[in-house]
Amino acid sequence: MDRLWLAAAVVAGIPLLLVGYITLAEGAVSRLPGRGSGWIRPWLWLAPGLFFITVFLIYPTVGTLRLSFLGPDSTRPVGLANYVFVFTDKSMLVALRNNGLWLVLFTLLTVGLGLLVAVLTDRVRYEAAAKSLVFLPMAVSFTAASVIWKFMFDYRPPGTPQTGTLNAVLSLIPGFQPRAWLINPPLNNVFLIVAAVWVWTGFCMVILSAALKGIPSEVQEAARVDGATEWQLFWRITFPLLGSTVAVAITIMVVFALKTFDVVYVMTNGNYDTQNTAFAQYEQLFVNHDFGHAAAIGVVLLIAILPVLAFNLRRFQQQESTR
Amino acid sequence: MDFQRRWPSFGAMAACILVLAACGGGAAAPSTSPGAAAPGTSASAGAAGSPAASTAQRIGGSVSVIGSWGGSEQDSFMAMVQPFMDQTGVQVQYEGSRDLNSILSTRVQAGNPPDLAGLPGPGVMRQFGQSGKLVDLSNILDLNQMKAEYAPDWLTLGTVNGKLVGIFIKTALKSAVWYDPKNFTQVAGSTPKTWNDLMTVSNNIAAGGKAPWCIGLESAATSGWPGTDWISDIMMRSAGPDKYRQWYDGQLAWTSPEVKDAWQMWGQIVANPKMVYGGVQYVLTTSFGTAASPMFANPPGCYMDRQGNFITDFYTSNNPGVKAGTDFNFFPFPDINSQYGDVDQVAGDLFGMFKDTPQSRALIKYLVTPQAQAIWVKRGGALSPNKQVPAGDYPDQLSKELAQTVVNAKTPLFSAGDMMPDAMQKAFYKAVLSYVQNPAQMDSILAGLDQTRQSAYPKQS
Repeated sequence: MDRLWLAAAVVAGIPLLLVGYITLAEGAVSRLPGRGSGWIRPWLWLAPGLFFITVFLIYPTVGTLRLSFLGPDSTRPVGLANYVFVFTDKSMLVALRNNGLWLVLFTLLTVGLGLLVAVLTDRVRYEAAAKSLVFLPMAVSFTAASVIWKFMFDYRPPGTPQTGTLNAVLSLIPGFQPRAWLINPPLNNVFLIVAAVWVWTGFCMVILSAALKGIPSEVQEAARVDGATEWQLFWRITFPLLGSTVAVAITIMVVFALKTFDVVYVMTNGNYDTQNTAFAQYEQLFVNHDFGHAAAIGVVLLIAILPVLAFNLRRFQQQESTR
Repeated sequence: MDFQRRWPSFGAMAACILVLAACGGGAAAPSTSPGAAAPGTSASAGAAGSPAASTAQRIGGSVSVIGSWGGSEQDSFMAMVQPFMDQTGVQVQYEGSRDLNSILSTRVQAGNPPDLAGLPGPGVMRQFGQSGKLVDLSNILDLNQMKAEYAPDWLTLGTVNGKLVGIFIKTALKSAVWYDPKNFTQVAGSTPKTWNDLMTVSNNIAAGGKAPWCIGLESAATSGWPGTDWISDIMMRSAGPDKYRQWYDGQLAWTSPEVKDAWQMWGQIVANPKMVYGGVQYVLTTSFGTAASPMFANPPGCYMDRQGNFITDFYTSNNPGVKAGTDFNFFPFPDINSQYGDVDQVAGDLFGMFKDTPQSRALIKYLVTPQAQAIWVKRGGALSPNKQVPAGDYPDQLSKELAQTVVNAKTPLFSAGDMMPDAMQKAFYKAVLSYVQNPAQMDSILAGLDQTRQSAYPKQS
């Protein structure tokens, strides 16, 4: 009970604190002689943000970078040894390979299926119902979704009642032998990805669908009047107009693919060659207590994500400038 | 523009994170709720030193406990602390996770440990004890009384650098092979006394087209541990207690012939699809708790299950109507080398104290009492390390026998996995899974474990 009160106090308290700060700062600025207030005001408004970014983002990043050049207990420098580990260790190489797999399959499937559902349901009567169904898994936490899918992929020996949904359905085919989906590499990675896709397709669908509604119908009508088929209409008109949104969806999904941890942890615990870099980082940090290895993995992940972020930022600036 | 629309959600996320951090901080702060109203009461309760909760005073407040129990085991623990909560007014906030190691070490590193914790094993306890994170219990518990009530082996296992930092509240006998007497006697006759007998019985059953064994290795974040117990049972009997201890202490290589033999002997069973129910796929995907359910089916799917005595709790809750003695019984894991006949693999749940508060003192004093331990004993699945728990409290003849075996064990040896440091233990678990999937890779798997051994053990200075 105490914790609930505390949580409530924090939820209400932090905004109050910030509003209080701004009021005070504004009060102070307005009392300053006219010339000084001009340049000081933006900094006062920026200060809380800068403070949080420094404490929660810049400081940990620099700290991680430093740790990645130190040994397991962060006492002596080891040069690039931790990075050598990341790119030579047998289990790390599997993890990197799996990340590649996630990057391609997860991104393609979520964005592809999201686009498909958004376009196909665009002009049907039951659009709201269909989209709600696809979006529903977003309400489930990643961990809960992983547990659900673990049950879906459950295995029972042939001849006994199949409790796993997938095996139960496939058993209707005569001659089908139940399979243990999650233990046989490399295909088990695909089944993990399927679980993650189930959750995130709805997200892609929603932002793509919103962009789709934003395309002026005049453009499409004009194309139809000119005799374009629906197929041509989609590829020549709709898709190019959705381009920027698709790019945004892709970047978000890429970031998710790179940092996925929950699915792997819950469904296989990183066994049977399903570990990815985020899981490897967890293992190095919490099981092996090797801060150097864990930090190096973190830095590699960060560097892998940087181009995606840069791309996203540039796009954002372009949009801002054309406004 | 989509980018912009997403910012509110990032803000919400940040708010969530702040709330979480605040919750964590809240747990770290000493609880001062109702106790504050009556200063002095808590201090006097701490000094009273009364052994049983029956004379404990109402101190109020709360104590946080984390452990690895879930499901029916968690229910049993809560039943065990219920009288304590009623009598002292202290709220026991229990949190259970199979991934106890990670959670505990994270919280300890963050300076936010629970008041008390069920420790995953003496190996991890040693790590915490050496870094001074655990409170010395010798000043809190009455040591003379503890020595009178607990066997010396149990107290030694909880001692680090001369300080008692862990105390067992529940023990288990792991060197047991479970069987359904009605079916087993039909196919095997009498229970095997030696490893060779055991293999003969197993081969006979397999020759009849039935699987002799049920094995399940799945256990969430600790998947693989039942296999490590198998290897421990074999290793201590084939190579003897001394080699066994050297092995878990990191002084005997995984690639040494003794250790390799133990893996291969287990491989004769687990890697042979005729020997295990459902084959490798079943072994790897089935939870240890439900693995032996086919033993109680009609006709039975398998005939034997090597597992700790806590498994009986799973038998009765997963298979309604199944009764101890008539539907399942056990024989001791058979001897391998007659020289090392007197060994028993044991395990147990240790409690350690991270924060010395009046509430946590009161709780740990209560947990070591025979009255408290009898509660779990009566519910089944637990053996008490406290000799004062009357034999009559065990629910059936079977658990009485188990308790006597543990109390009278000449050479009780703790499960090797639990004696190893964190990183070594997890690597052992994973190696078991890789081995079962690819027995041919044994040499490279063992070589990999030796690599972990180089870094997992603290450097001797």
